[in-house]
Amino acid sequence: MSDATSPRHIPDRLQSNAARLLKSWEVLLLGVAILIFIANSFASPYFLNAWNLSDATFNFTEKAMIAFAMALLIISGEIDLSVASIIALASTAMGAAAQVGAGTTELVLIGLVVGLAAGAFNGVLVTVMGLPSIVVTIGTMSLFRGISYIILGDGAYRGYPSDFAFFGQGYVWWVFSFEFLLFAVLAVIYYVVLHRTNFGRTIYTIGNNATAASFSGIRVARVKFILFLLTGLMAGVAAICLTSRLGSTRPSIGFGWELEVVTMVVLGGVSILGGSGTIPGVVIAAFVMGLVTFGLGLLNVPGIVMSIFIGAMLIGVIALPRLWDMWRRS
Amino acid sequence: MIAFLKSREAILAGAMLVLLALISSRFPGFVAPDNLARVFTDTSPLLLLALGQTVVILTRCIDLSVAANLALTGMVCAMLNAAMPGVPVIVILAIAVGLGAIMGAFNGLLVWKLAIPPIVVTLGTMTIYRGIIFLISNGEWVNAHEMSKAFTGFPRTVFLGLPVMAWIAIAIASGFFLLIARTPLGRSFYAVGGNPHAAVYAGIDVGKTQFWAFVISGALAGLTGYLWVARYAVAYVDIAAGFELEVVAACVIGGISIAGGAGTILGTILGALFLGIVKNALPVVDISPFWQMAISGAAIITAVAFNARSAKAKGRIILRRAQAHGAQA
Repeated sequence: MSDATSPRHIPDRLQSNAARLLKSWEVLLLGVAILIFIANSFASPYFLNAWNLSDATFNFTEKAMIAFAMALLIISGEIDLSVASIIALASTAMGAAAQVGAGTTELVLIGLVVGLAAGAFNGVLVTVMGLPSIVVTIGTMSLFRGISYIILGDGAYRGYPSDFAFFGQGYVWWVFSFEFLLFAVLAVIYYVVLHRTNFGRTIYTIGNNATAASFSGIRVARVKFILFLLTGLMAGVAAICLTSRLGSTRPSIGFGWELEVVTMVVLGGVSILGGSGTIPGVVIAAFVMGLVTFGLGLLNVPGIVMSIFIGAMLIGVIALPRLWDMWRRS
Repeated sequence: MIAFLKSREAILAGAMLVLLALISSRFPGFVAPDNLARVFTDTSPLLLLALGQTVVILTRCIDLSVAANLALTGMVCAMLNAAMPGVPVIVILAIAVGLGAIMGAFNGLLVWKLAIPPIVVTLGTMTIYRGIIFLISNGEWVNAHEMSKAFTGFPRTVFLGLPVMAWIAIAIASGFFLLIARTPLGRSFYAVGGNPHAAVYAGIDVGKTQFWAFVISGALAGLTGYLWVARYAVAYVDIAAGFELEVVAACVIGGISIAGGAGTILGTILGALFLGIVKNALPVVDISPFWQMAISGAAIITAVAFNARSAKAKGRIILRRAQAHGAQA
């Protein structure tokens, strides 16, 4: 991930400037979110409705849960492109269990365990065997979803227990869904872990300079392994929510989500080269993406056209500041 | 000679022969010359894209947009042919290569001029190109009856026992041997990937070299886009969806190091043929095609693990000690 192409690139000296830039990045993003909100409420009369807005949160809550863990992983200098396939695998496992009469508790456990196991598999390949995470997770991306295809073919699992529907369809209070609450709780947890604990500091250290980190007594491999586990676990959680919401499992479930999760993380100001980024940024990015998708959906824009926006946003958020920089210097 | 036998190319070729022997022991028809020719023709698109991907990966980049590029170019060619059946195939070929190269150049410019990580650029352009297909086609298909005979016939024309599509793959593969071994650009792909700092001091423009790698990859994707659409005589939004992973798999299996600067054209060719044989053998040995995705995933992981093993012997010992020490501390 971190390939310095010029000898002047010294990432561990980015201190004060970068901090300032990051601060303004989140403020900028918040401004964008508010603008999108206002534009949407003018564009469609159905936008400003508590229930519609509540529906809109489902566009991003599941992806954002994965994005929190992915943010930590990317800050540490690794990446996991297999998350969407972990969802497929975990969902298939839950579906298979539901067919033989597993209850809700068992289903949740199975989802979490499969997520953890898939994360551990990635983690072992990357940290124990020392393989590059991009290739490993491109491989496991086909492997995990491939297993779902072997099990399901072109079929589908249905028939989940009725109380299982709570995770994806239940409401805790008024318009606030269980998923939204989970998203909020996880946001706080990840904020504390990344910004208020030693463990969080070590993630930044590793991302900026893994060699220096290991000389400072940080167990680099172990921290990265934990982050892969966390990412797998969050994909398992997302699989539970998504399966519960859809009420069925196909091998194509969550197809292409890895792209949206990575976009969310990068849009949130996390450097794809590792070493910088914040959880509040990712939270705002989740809202921005959710609002854009929802607003375009209200205007009857088809899903594949929305993906153009997402792709353009991914490139744009990195390209525009650099273009601006080039223009200012010349 | 011993060094050659130990090389990954020889091992891969050996594995391929064993695989073929196993299949032919139960299904002798599989190794009949005309069936092998069919397998090779089937594998040509993968081979063409994998050659382009090879130079991109050699320069420490990755191009995940090739399948979307292929599909978009294919759709443009098909729509052009449906609207103006009179346009000769040679013009369509030129448009396909040109359009593909432009899309590759767009990736390359973002990597070169704005120094955006290639994985981010091509993940983004992958969805953008795919979305544009929907915009220009309105999600509709271009079917065989809308295409002209000349358009669909060209890749299938048999010449000296092989279809033109296979000959194109052979010609371009031969061209790559020359490009890599005999041109300054080919050598600079290795220099840039092997050690970008040293490449700068040697007077090589790293960004520009990466740019040309993306242009080559894009041009080949465009060319393959026309061949693909003409051969299967259909164009729609989702053609070749997920094909980029197979392309990367072919390179990794062929021993192209994802860290850049290491790997050979022969390796890529063998990697692509290996996947092609597996893909074509699955229905013959009566395994559901749904297995294919998992098999290519497992093949990527095995190959990259194998690559790491063989590279470890000459690894940087000081750094490894430091890391090992860190892991124990």
